[in-house]
Amino acid sequence: MTLTANRTPTAKTEPPKAEKRANPVRFVILAALLALLLIVIAPLLIITINAVKSPADYAGGGPLSLPSSLYWDGIVDFWNRVDFGMKLWNSFITSFTVAVLGVLLSILNAYALGIGKVKGRVWFLVFFLVANLLPQEVLVYPLYFLSKEAGLYDSLISIVIIFTVIQAAFGTYLLTSVYQEFPTELLDAADVDGAGKLRTLWSVVVPVSRPTLGVLFTFFFIWTWNEFFLPLVFLVSNDNQTVPVALGVLQGDRLMDATMTSASGLIGILPAMIFFLVFQRTLTRGITAGAIK
Amino acid sequence: MRRRGYWVFLIPGVLLSILVIVVPLVMTVYTSFTKWNGVGDQRWIGFDNYTRLFEDSLFWSSFGNIVLLILAMAVVPTLLGLFLAAVLFDYVAKKFSNRWASLFRSGFYLPQVIPVAVTGIVWGWILHPEYGALNKILDTIGLGSLAHNWLGEPGSALYSVMGIMIWVQLGYPIVMFMAGLQRVDPELYEAADLDGATWWQRFRKITVYLIRPEFYVVLVTTTISALKIFGPIFVLTGGGPSNATLVPSYFAYKNFFEKAQVGYGSAISTVLTVLIIALSIVFLRLQNRAERKA
Repeated sequence: MTLTANRTPTAKTEPPKAEKRANPVRFVILAALLALLLIVIAPLLIITINAVKSPADYAGGGPLSLPSSLYWDGIVDFWNRVDFGMKLWNSFITSFTVAVLGVLLSILNAYALGIGKVKGRVWFLVFFLVANLLPQEVLVYPLYFLSKEAGLYDSLISIVIIFTVIQAAFGTYLLTSVYQEFPTELLDAADVDGAGKLRTLWSVVVPVSRPTLGVLFTFFFIWTWNEFFLPLVFLVSNDNQTVPVALGVLQGDRLMDATMTSASGLIGILPAMIFFLVFQRTLTRGITAGAIK
Repeated sequence: MRRRGYWVFLIPGVLLSILVIVVPLVMTVYTSFTKWNGVGDQRWIGFDNYTRLFEDSLFWSSFGNIVLLILAMAVVPTLLGLFLAAVLFDYVAKKFSNRWASLFRSGFYLPQVIPVAVTGIVWGWILHPEYGALNKILDTIGLGSLAHNWLGEPGSALYSVMGIMIWVQLGYPIVMFMAGLQRVDPELYEAADLDGATWWQRFRKITVYLIRPEFYVVLVTTTISALKIFGPIFVLTGGGPSNATLVPSYFAYKNFFEKAQVGYGSAISTVLTVLIIALSIVFLRLQNRAERKA
């Protein structure tokens, strides 16, 4: 598996200008692609315009008209009603902690397996691969039962522990294959300098593999943010819910009218969009990284 | 230089994995052979849960639904994504610019980054029988007779979910395949052009052939996520109406947390797990064989 960034093809693949103008077919194709793109993003656009529409405006103009004036009350009402700031905080702190701890755990595992090449490493790798594949349904009930016994049910701590391990299973698998290719000269040099294993890890291995770790961090953060099933089971009280759980359980609530529902959709979309814009480069690089095994 | 003594670094990972993965997995498999309501004693009943499972028509229909969802989440997006990726990489990027190609790529990828609960809200809203946008649109363009309770009628619910899942999944293959195409030597395409190959011939003979590693990865990962699907079903239909969109994971969830039939739920999730692992082994084998041939 390689972790090379997406190289954009160089300009030489672009044909000369004259050829560009010659062919009308290419505009038909472009128009078809634009139409498809519009279909794909239409649901998000519809949600957005209706989220800032007053109920009266909506009743008059229907879902497709542009709002006659911007109306923020739907969003504000919804925000206050579910205490959305708190859900955002719960989601953020959980995802951030999981991303940090998950990357740390992946580093430790991959250091032992990829660089240390400990005995039985193939079996450890098979284990982490299988752990990746397991549906969460096969773990959920015992986890639910055990966390109740341990007094950690309905607490963000249980979610953090569980997802740290689950994400690290993927991270270990990916990072081990990166560390297997780690330049031995660097390790030998550290040996010669008399650095212990822990110091080699922190001052040589981690800095060199920082780009990969960045991809892992981003993935862990976004994956944990979007997780639904286990948080739904574990975080039952209002104060502990994450954004997806809070929005998911409100679906079909009788008190939610059309505009308020789309308002709730919009404030659920926004954080995801922000991450997407911020992490776009890392993400496309990372998706590719997971692919080439 | 042989390096020793690295096993210490595995200790936290192994301990935590035992706690969060191994012990729960073993407990679920054990529980699948018992009758248990979640409190009180577990009673060993051997294979009774499994025999009951294979006679349960709901179990079979939930797997039937999964087959259709694999079509919507794995097969259609992979094929459509392969075609679109080739068009974007090999046509749009060359005849227009890379910027157009990446714009389309990002646009098609957008539904992938939205949390599943929000996807549920967005589509639940658009398909809502009373105030939903789709029925309003149909009304406006004079096709009001087609208006429907899309997610609420057994006849259309699963197809609606399938359509939504194609929308969700499409961006992933496009991104993967476009990345894979970067590996392709441009000279191959130029040679094909010189030989007078049409775009379609090039697509079939070169693009599809060279991109097989990505093709397998995409097909495996999307098939597995189809087998595991829970969130979209929970937020869109709750498995209904009258179990028309029931899937194994939701079926297990209901047995665990609504019916308190923990033993039966464990049997369902065990079967699902075995299926996923078996499928992964088959896929890995196929992939290895294809790679050796290449």
